[in-house]
Amino acid sequence: MNATAQTEVIKDSSMLLQKTMIAENYDELTSVQETGKKVSATFVPGNLNELVMCFDMLNNLPEINAINNGMRKKSGMMVMQAEKMGHSEDVCTYVKADIGSMSRGNIAPNGKPMPPPDLLLLSYTGCFTFMKWFELLRHEYGCETAMLHVPYEGDGIVTQNMRDYVVKQIKENLIPTLEKVSGVKFDIDRLRENLRHSAKAEDDFVWVLESAKNKPSPIDAYFGGVYYIGPIFTAFRGTEKAVDYYKALRKEIEQRIAEGKGPITPEGDMKDERYRLVVEGPPNWTNFREFWKMFYEDGAVVVASTYTKVGGVYDLGFRHDPDNPIETLADYCLGCYTNRNLSQRVDMLEKYVNEYQADGLLINSIKSCNSFSAGQLLMMQEVEKRTGKPGAFIETDLVDPRYFSAANVKNRLESYFQMIEQKRQGARSAA
Amino acid sequence: MKCFIGIDLGSTTTKAVMMDSNGEVLGRGITNSRSNYDTASQVSKLEAVVSTRLELCHRALSKVPEMKDMVGELLAALERNFRLELFLNMLNDLKETCMHNAADVRHAEIGKELANALDEVFERMKKELSLLFGPGVDRKSDFFRDLAGSVYMNQAEDVADQAKLPFDVLINIYDKSIIETENRPPAEDLVETFLRALDRVMDEQVDLPVEQETIRKLVKSALEIELEETYVVGTGYGRVRLPFPKEHIRSEILCHGLGAHLMYPGTRTVLDIGGQDTKGIQVDEKGIVVNFQMNDRCAAGCGRYLGYIADEMNIGLHELGPIAMKATKTIRINSTCTVFAGAELRDRLAMGESRSDILAGLHRAIVLRAISIISRSGGVTSEFTFTGGVAKNEAAVKELKKLVKENYGDVTINIDPDSIYTGALGAAEFARRAVEA
Repeated sequence: MNATAQTEVIKDSSMLLQKTMIAENYDELTSVQETGKKVSATFVPGNLNELVMCFDMLNNLPEINAINNGMRKKSGMMVMQAEKMGHSEDVCTYVKADIGSMSRGNIAPNGKPMPPPDLLLLSYTGCFTFMKWFELLRHEYGCETAMLHVPYEGDGIVTQNMRDYVVKQIKENLIPTLEKVSGVKFDIDRLRENLRHSAKAEDDFVWVLESAKNKPSPIDAYFGGVYYIGPIFTAFRGTEKAVDYYKALRKEIEQRIAEGKGPITPEGDMKDERYRLVVEGPPNWTNFREFWKMFYEDGAVVVASTYTKVGGVYDLGFRHDPDNPIETLADYCLGCYTNRNLSQRVDMLEKYVNEYQADGLLINSIKSCNSFSAGQLLMMQEVEKRTGKPGAFIETDLVDPRYFSAANVKNRLESYFQMIEQKRQGARSAA
Repeated sequence: MKCFIGIDLGSTTTKAVMMDSNGEVLGRGITNSRSNYDTASQVSKLEAVVSTRLELCHRALSKVPEMKDMVGELLAALERNFRLELFLNMLNDLKETCMHNAADVRHAEIGKELANALDEVFERMKKELSLLFGPGVDRKSDFFRDLAGSVYMNQAEDVADQAKLPFDVLINIYDKSIIETENRPPAEDLVETFLRALDRVMDEQVDLPVEQETIRKLVKSALEIELEETYVVGTGYGRVRLPFPKEHIRSEILCHGLGAHLMYPGTRTVLDIGGQDTKGIQVDEKGIVVNFQMNDRCAAGCGRYLGYIADEMNIGLHELGPIAMKATKTIRINSTCTVFAGAELRDRLAMGESRSDILAGLHRAIVLRAISIISRSGGVTSEFTFTGGVAKNEAAVKELKKLVKENYGDVTINIDPDSIYTGALGAAEFARRAVEA
């Protein structure tokens, strides 16, 4: 595609606001040498931003950096660089993009080098690769590491024991380590204040997600959803900025509903809603726009997705609770989507298909993500059985452009859409 | 008359099916997809028109009671001679293109000698290839490229040798010209060509039960029926490259599902192994797709895999199946990668295993991958229909039957001799329904 021939991407004001927020955050991160702020590196699921901020520390999320590099078409080189260093083709491509980026100067989107982390804060919530990833980073940076071990919800429930175990670690290990690295004393009231901000933003965030129950849906809860989860899943949860962002976003969506508009797409408002889908699995980032286009040009809108829950499953009721500040952090980590077992995921998907009146479930299975992809086909079959709605399965990758086969993906999506259409016609003629 | 056309633009071949308003198939056409889907689509459509014309001639001639016993024979002769006419036209086009390319300034020094050599080569080709269209002769391929290519190579080598000309120049000229010729949309006047072919038939046939003029009249009337292109539906990989409006495009999954249903209404599971796709499709009692799975990212185990193996073994694609059928045991081929399977093959050959045993193993490897795709799509519960180019390969069919039985017990397995047209048939039916339903 010719860059000059490309028409300008249409964005809502919330997207522009977010863009500024993210740019400011990168500026803050890349100027720690001047400001003297300490940096903690952590992951999106189980992200303890409210706590980290109590120590005046900044949060740097390597996953988000990999996504950023994927969307800016830079991850391919990074992945190959990591492979050149000896990492296998089958390793998680977020990891390889991060490691490849490090060896190429670890340049942030603003063109300045990322600071080395002062602390690797590993909140382990179901993805075993995170552990190995930080092991590699520790080897590279030799900095302080803290690991919060969150027990997996193997039986689909959280017991008091599990909660106590996480709380104990936060109190006895995490907080002292954060104090040591930052030199700042822990203040529980500051944490409560941050959590209050979180809960406020979470309310508006859930409202936005659930707006997709409208027909037509005013949002795309997957491709658009990626923008909507931005602040709350990253370095902004617990800040006033996030509260303001979600307030503004909610207003924007309320306006869309009032005007009977469909979701925003890079080419403007989606006109005709023909298919409502639930999607499981992360999007592909290297061909994000191309991938999205395959949906909106056929009138397919994603009304609910599990990916927009990886940083917290708020729509099932969880809110950060300022009255139980440490316990709520434990509950948050335990309830992350990545920490849920297969039957909980199936229950969620079934609920989404029904409550959002979807035409079916689409799974985008990620080639290099073993921990998320295992069992997805069985999940699809189970959801199909329970809802009676057809499912479909496509495969792409996170940030390795070599694993996005556009013709293949498009072929399946088109087949799936036409299959839904054909089923509808069949049902109509039978009626 | 109203005609509904389905075109399946596959990665290897492009197929067209022509249907009337009652859903009866009138004609089918197939050609190689080349690098140009536009031409492939036109050629396959033209082929379907030819086959429709023959069908209409058949219908017309069958009305004459005296002709009853010989309509089939007569039409076979008509088709054969028609093909010969078409072939000679195309050969002539190829010759002219070669002459034109030989006149390039690069060959200025030997221009005259090249032209003479080409004259000689094409004279010999015409003689040798015309024989392929004689009565009862079996042609290995119906594609112009396949037929012309090998004869050109042989004759050009011989002529170059005699004339002391560089053989590679003749090859280059051919390579360039065959692409140009193939991609030139055919500009035939079908009726004229048919009538010329009919003249040849009349010369061949001595004891006709009716007057030649009666036959000529009937054939002419059949050729004059207007075939109205009422609606065209495209499917297959090349569909997006054609100037089809969106509502004229259907996914090949749906087309294969519907096509298989039309061939065998009891079908519940369809396996299609094409050039680069393997599809497992589940359909309901109306032929509506309820689930599907396809190979992803990698086309190992598809038709091209066999093509690659045939090249490795230096044999024709159509010879693979028959050789594999002679196997006395099945050698295990583990690799799911086509290139690695090629390496395994050479390794086994070096170890002294027989070609047929190894080929049996390769066919099994393909079918194992297909079985895995079928199971992911929901398995086999009832009648099972196997379609696509690979369904023509008897060794693949044998392995499939075995594996289906092992995994799912006794189920009916349907394989239509025209199974390669399944997708195009489904597309034609979609075209018909778009107007008639």
